[in-house]
Amino acid sequence: MPQLEIDEILDVVAQKAMIDRGLLRPEAKLSDLNVSSLDMVEVIFALEDKFGIELPFNANTSTADFETVGDVIKKVEEQLAAKKK
Amino acid sequence: MRRIAITGMGVISPIGHSVQAFQDNLFAGKGGIESATFSYRGNDVHFPAAPVKDFDIGKWMDAKKASMLDRFSQFAVAAALDAVKDAGITFTPQTAERTAVITGTGVGGQNTLEESYMKLLDANSSPRVHPFTIPRLMANAGSSQISMATGITGPGFTVASACASAIHAMGVTLHMLRSGLIDSAITGGSESCLTFGTLKGWEALRVMAPDVCRPFSKDRAGMVLGEGAAMFVLETLENAQKRGAKIHAEFLGFGMSSDAKDITTPDVNGASRAVTNALKDSGLKPEDVDYINAHGTGTRINDLTETAVLKNTFGSHAQKLAISASKSMFGHALGAAGALEMLATILAVREDIAPPTMNYLGQDPECDLDYVPNKARPMKIRAALNNSFAFGGLNAVVAVKKFN
Repeated sequence: MPQLEIDEILDVVAQKAMIDRGLLRPEAKLSDLNVSSLDMVEVIFALEDKFGIELPFNANTSTADFETVGDVIKKVEEQLAAKKK
Repeated sequence: MRRIAITGMGVISPIGHSVQAFQDNLFAGKGGIESATFSYRGNDVHFPAAPVKDFDIGKWMDAKKASMLDRFSQFAVAAALDAVKDAGITFTPQTAERTAVITGTGVGGQNTLEESYMKLLDANSSPRVHPFTIPRLMANAGSSQISMATGITGPGFTVASACASAIHAMGVTLHMLRSGLIDSAITGGSESCLTFGTLKGWEALRVMAPDVCRPFSKDRAGMVLGEGAAMFVLETLENAQKRGAKIHAEFLGFGMSSDAKDITTPDVNGASRAVTNALKDSGLKPEDVDYINAHGTGTRINDLTETAVLKNTFGSHAQKLAISASKSMFGHALGAAGALEMLATILAVREDIAPPTMNYLGQDPECDLDYVPNKARPMKIRAALNNSFAFGGLNAVVAVKKFN
């Protein structure tokens, strides 16, 4: 994925979950960053709006879907690739 | 202190339009969750939901009059008229003034509101809305329509506290009966929220299950919305005995609290205080309680919070409680949920049967109490609690006791 898109994704995460942008490394765990499941609902909604995609996400099973910042980038990447097909 | 009896019950629900049908399905574990279909911009959209099916208001009131009523008010009136009939109570002008109608709803006339917006925003439709739009959609319409249908002229109002609306309504009614302000009342809750817009709103919160509701179970994936109404006739025990009424159960106590924390995430301390207050108000010790009808929504966070609350408030007795979540059968009816579950709780106490928690797949390590999985259980039930923990952190818990 181009660096520009990754930056855009991380900007959204930082803004919606109110986290210092510098802490958002791909290996960082969302739980360590104190991102709650409701923060994630807002993050996902903003990412869907920004990129015109749909991200499967259920707050009840979120820990399985999105453990790290990298997982978020990967899910957006997958959906963008699916959209281009 | 005046003791309060439950002498009448009526219900419109996804698992039956009469108390008998509701009871049969509740104890048989026959749920009402299905895939509901909505048409949107020419496409069919499906949501898991527990709708009230084949409801015909014409059985309860003149069909022409019924057009003044949103579906949530129609449910309310039907359940209330059945409750009055069940109680065998009649009102004179004097007793009608000493009777209240206090009901809960989460939102009110959502069908009416959505219909009007759909019509206004549809470029191909006339930009006119139904002349009864406002009197149909207002949240107090349920209480008002019950008072008109029954001729009750005492205090009347509606309580809104999301998923706890019905319990708050019933609890306030209990206090008014105890205080001597009224001698009898119709109370309960009603909601009809299975509209496209409401379902999309809940979907956006990302807490909805993709298929069924499996409270407290491993692999649970969220809630399913339902709809309906349950109404009760409450009166002082003295009143009930004087007129020789049958008594379904005694309404023993009520406890409430606010979390003051988060608009959606429940809080162990806040909810625990509501349970403790209900026990205290009822004069019950933890070991006097045999059954809990849980809030049990099937979301990850509610069910583990509620489990922690019960351990917190009941101590070692928590392991001995039979706990079930009826939302596994009739979904989450929001402002009516507490009333439908009050009916389940009263039936459990009256019949000595703990209703099951359906769709249970096995234990979640964080939810390790006895949830009466998948099969009703005949057992001695002396007293029971019914929990509602609402969005907004408003908690309400009621206690009922077998009447001998």
